[in-house]
Amino acid sequence: MDKEKIYTDTNRCKGCGYCIHFCPKDAISVSAIVNDKGYNVIQVDEEKCICCGSCYRVCPDYVFEIR
Amino acid sequence: MKVKAPETVTFTQSGFCPGCGHGLAVRLIAEVAEELGLSEKLLTVVDVACGSLNIDSWRFDTIMAAHGRPIVTAIGAKRVRKENPVLAYVGDGAAYSIGMAETMHAAIRNDNVITIVINNSLFGMTGGQCAPTSLPGQRTTSTPYGKDAAKAGMPFNVVDAFSGLKIGYLARAALCDVANMNKAKQYIKKAFEKHMAGDGFCLVELLSACPTNLNMAPVASMERIKTDMMPYFPIGEFQEHKKGE
Repeated sequence: MDKEKIYTDTNRCKGCGYCIHFCPKDAISVSAIVNDKGYNVIQVDEEKCICCGSCYRVCPDYVFEIR
Repeated sequence: MKVKAPETVTFTQSGFCPGCGHGLAVRLIAEVAEELGLSEKLLTVVDVACGSLNIDSWRFDTIMAAHGRPIVTAIGAKRVRKENPVLAYVGDGAAYSIGMAETMHAAIRNDNVITIVINNSLFGMTGGQCAPTSLPGQRTTSTPYGKDAAKAGMPFNVVDAFSGLKIGYLARAALCDVANMNKAKQYIKKAFEKHMAGDGFCLVELLSACPTNLNMAPVASMERIKTDMMPYFPIGEFQEHKKGE
């Protein structure tokens, strides 16, 4: 079985920063990319990510998917 | 851990503000409906407020009721569609202010509907005015010097109000961190199960953040739930009765 990986749909992101605050490994940070709606979106450091799903739980805009 | 938000809520983007608690509540409802295999059958009734932005962003069959009246509209829908789960999705303004009579009488009659109340301690869509659930000293647009509890009363606590009644299920959860969100999902799931078993009025109140109207950063408004709101609104399960009990 392949290792689980985190996928983000940053066009949905509104830059609230919940995922940055609640990530236990500090793997998520603000990127310099601005999405279609004009929000500064997040980026994930896949080296640090342990696929715990905390970001998915706290995201109000369904940016994250782990599979 | 494999996780993906249900397709019933992700097919389009929601119109909520950044950091709004509604997005979280909607996902929890959709997850529970999917797990119980009720996504196709679920009927929802939304209110005239921020909560009505769901009407475009979720796939459940939805009725938009007059302001404050989703619970009675849901009762009507349930009486003609007995096999469908019916959910009223309201804010604290609708449930405890303009729709107080509807909430109270639904509880007195113990009507079989699920009610999800999003409590953010103010009126969100109209610009953050003082609500019955506002905390003492809370600055809102209509109480710029802070809410005076001697004049405006203490925050309305639904658990105290329903303490003399026997309703199907009454619980309160907070959307303030990962553990509490998992707990909120358990409560919503239990409300669905009790509703399907016909046990009566199932009310789950969710303490939610409103960064826009509190003039706070999203993370700070989530912390506020824990530090300021939870002393007035204790979380947990408060009532659980079976049919005819």
